[in-house]
Amino acid sequence: MALELNPGIPEGPLADKWNNHKFNVKLVNPANKRKFKVIVVGTGLAGASAAATLAELGYEVQAFTFHDSPRRAHSIAAQGGINASKNYQNDGDSDYRLFHDTIKGGDYRGREANTYRLAELSGNIIDQAAAQGVPFARDYGGLLDNRSFGGAQVSRTFYARGQTGQQLLLGAYSALMRQVGAGTVDLRVREEMLELVMKDGEAVGIITRNLATGEMTSHSAHAVVLATGGYSNVYYLSTNAMYSNTSAIWRAHRQGAAFANPCYTQIHPTCIPSSDEFQSKLTLMSESLRNDGRIWVPKDEKESRLAKDIPEEDRDYFLERKYPAFGNLVPRDVASRNAKAQVDAGKGGGPLKNGVFLDFADAIERLGKDVVETRYGNLFEMYERITDENPYETPMRIFPAPHYTMGGLWVDYNLMTSIPGCYAIGEANFSDHGANRLGASALMQGLADGYFVLPYTIGDFLSKKLGDSPVSTDDEVFSEALAKVEAEAKMWLSKAGTKPVDYFHRQLGKILMDKCGVERTAEGLTQAIDEIEALNKEFHADVRVPGSADTINSSLEKAGRVADFFELADLMCRDALTREESCGGHFRLEYQTESGEALRDDENFTHVAAWEFNPAGEPIRHAIDLDFEFVTPTQRSYE
Amino acid sequence: MRLHLRIWRQDSPSSGGAFVEHTVNDISEEMSFLEMLDHLNDGLTKAGGIPVEFESDCREGICGTCALLIDGIAHGPQLGTATCQLHMRKFSDGDTITIEPWRATSFPVIRDLVTDRTPLDKIIAAGGYISVNTGSALDANTFPIPAVVAEIAMDAASCIGCGACVAACPNGAGNLFTAAKVSQLNLLPQGQAERWDRTAAMVEEMDKWFGSCTNFGECETACPKEISIDFIAMMNKDYVKSKFKNQRLLSQKG
Repeated sequence: MALELNPGIPEGPLADKWNNHKFNVKLVNPANKRKFKVIVVGTGLAGASAAATLAELGYEVQAFTFHDSPRRAHSIAAQGGINASKNYQNDGDSDYRLFHDTIKGGDYRGREANTYRLAELSGNIIDQAAAQGVPFARDYGGLLDNRSFGGAQVSRTFYARGQTGQQLLLGAYSALMRQVGAGTVDLRVREEMLELVMKDGEAVGIITRNLATGEMTSHSAHAVVLATGGYSNVYYLSTNAMYSNTSAIWRAHRQGAAFANPCYTQIHPTCIPSSDEFQSKLTLMSESLRNDGRIWVPKDEKESRLAKDIPEEDRDYFLERKYPAFGNLVPRDVASRNAKAQVDAGKGGGPLKNGVFLDFADAIERLGKDVVETRYGNLFEMYERITDENPYETPMRIFPAPHYTMGGLWVDYNLMTSIPGCYAIGEANFSDHGANRLGASALMQGLADGYFVLPYTIGDFLSKKLGDSPVSTDDEVFSEALAKVEAEAKMWLSKAGTKPVDYFHRQLGKILMDKCGVERTAEGLTQAIDEIEALNKEFHADVRVPGSADTINSSLEKAGRVADFFELADLMCRDALTREESCGGHFRLEYQTESGEALRDDENFTHVAAWEFNPAGEPIRHAIDLDFEFVTPTQRSYE
Repeated sequence: MRLHLRIWRQDSPSSGGAFVEHTVNDISEEMSFLEMLDHLNDGLTKAGGIPVEFESDCREGICGTCALLIDGIAHGPQLGTATCQLHMRKFSDGDTITIEPWRATSFPVIRDLVTDRTPLDKIIAAGGYISVNTGSALDANTFPIPAVVAEIAMDAASCIGCGACVAACPNGAGNLFTAAKVSQLNLLPQGQAERWDRTAAMVEEMDKWFGSCTNFGECETACPKEISIDFIAMMNKDYVKSKFKNQRLLSQKG
């Protein structure tokens, strides 16, 4: 069957598209909703909000999480905030401005209609969350407070201390648990999706493995919604949680769901560098630190004095030197690239020389320690807990780390993947962020998809299924899929090599970070594809997966996830290689302006690259054009 | 650093368990406690052994997944710190460290250091929410909430649901966890409509699973988010009131 990739963007003026679409999609009448069963995989912001809302509407919902509780999803770690075009600050914000900032921030590689819809729904999210009891920050009059974030000239970011993701997730979780308590959502915890089950080209269910007992089970439904997050952990060291992985979306990809723009990854500039070879993950420090911190490296790579003892004349404030207008506040991608260049040149600071300094000495002198403490106290505390260094006395060390993936499963305007009946929401889809996501927009997208988009659009597909029962789990498509994943588990447990799974994951991450990370080149990417293939062979030949399949076995869980990461890594490199331009988070050294900015090739690459899995050989690239009807792509400049 | 670990190993919920001693070398001070366990597991795997199962996800102290009793203290010796944020610089070369799963009847061991904490979710499902269907919310600025109220609600809301309060309590009580959610919602104007029903439902669900609170206060000390036991007093007050208020509200319906 030929892959059909029709985005299905509704007709009409930008601001009317979503309304027109809501009128035109087919609905399921309230009495019929209970006849439809929907599976939601993942219970983060997108999954929990979708499962709760679908159940409120009357659908029969089964929600799956591989955690012990829905509240553990990694959405919980988002710090900064959530954007909404409420214009509560009266500073000229509007849906159009939020849309425009997001499209521009994404370096004109996102879909106009989706991005506008996101902006349009942003205010409803804040209303919903506030009604749920999310304790957003408030001013002394008791009204909602806002802060500013990168890439915008208005104050539109709502926040709950540095724990906005936690509070929004707990809001969505409470809505979900309300439905669980009411018996309208069948919640399954510690169940990991291992396969998407297909019949006649449509998604009909999933196979899961219970992580506590090892039991594999078939589940069937009229539709399957994947809300399983992003894939930054392909780099091994990232700011994502330990369990975050690509397996659910990758297995859907293997069943025919196109994977869009896998090379669009966001590498965040302000993370705490690795402290040793045992480092298991990286911790993000809020971008807001760059407002008052000055970034520098020693001028001399042989510098051996402590950072605080290095005098002014021996320091290179490289961002202020290269970008006098924006200085330390250049966008994330520019800051990341420059920091990496300094460390690569041997000028890094710290015991492993793997970070650049972020110095608050000037800010403390200018503002006083109290003001700095009010602004950044909790971040300094977190930094000290991890590094045992006091940022009031000695400069912080920071280095870029993978943080978010803009790529993901290709979806149409209804958020349906190229497999009928299979949807992808939140970070799992290729999203509304183009080639780069602005701060405080991930929470917005996850919740817009889950609360307000999917619950309407899923009716368009389900209405056609009225009268059909879900495919029986006794059907051979389920027994075959079950046999396949059981055989896979056996295969892994028979691996009696010499090295643990983590060893290979770490090596894979090094290749990818080096060659498909902050900067990419044709030569490096070509090498990476070969290196990944060689390492994958070694992985299968020399990995050791101890234990058995009938209990908790984290080695077994990781083996399957890392095997999928290997395949994804290869696709990321192919995507980065074939996108012969620079845009947003994808920076090809060959394509840059004279001042070192990302140089797009709008004539040849104003499109989404959607990859089709090809069991017989190399993956197939489909280019789906992006139409810019309402905004005109321009060159970003920050000098 | 070289450390001696006494770790609780247990194959399944129904099998017995026992402490097993492991010695780990080459521990760096920079390692987090969980990275030290990763290192142990790497060594066990290479040597043909079975790794120790423990849970952790975000490793930033916010998801509440990690849950170890370290030398008898929930989340270990550093106050206000979840296990994942504890670093090996807090220990010394040659130390013997005892590592156990949460010790509470309501959290049965699944394997090694992993326990089942689903009773916490059952308390939330019983009433830890404000009933507002998607789409029916008023504008977020409709009800001003004094900043100080929002701040205290936020203090309560910062609970990460790790269960350390239960593990630290000599009675295995779930009061701090329950009180944190009850208080967050009961403090806010949005939460008033269901205030009394919520409190009664959550407290009664809690009592099905957990021991009774006798104000030891161990929970507050163990809490990685330093949530105050004042919230337990607030919950108790509302619970008593709920027994009258609910009936009075009903009687008003005639």
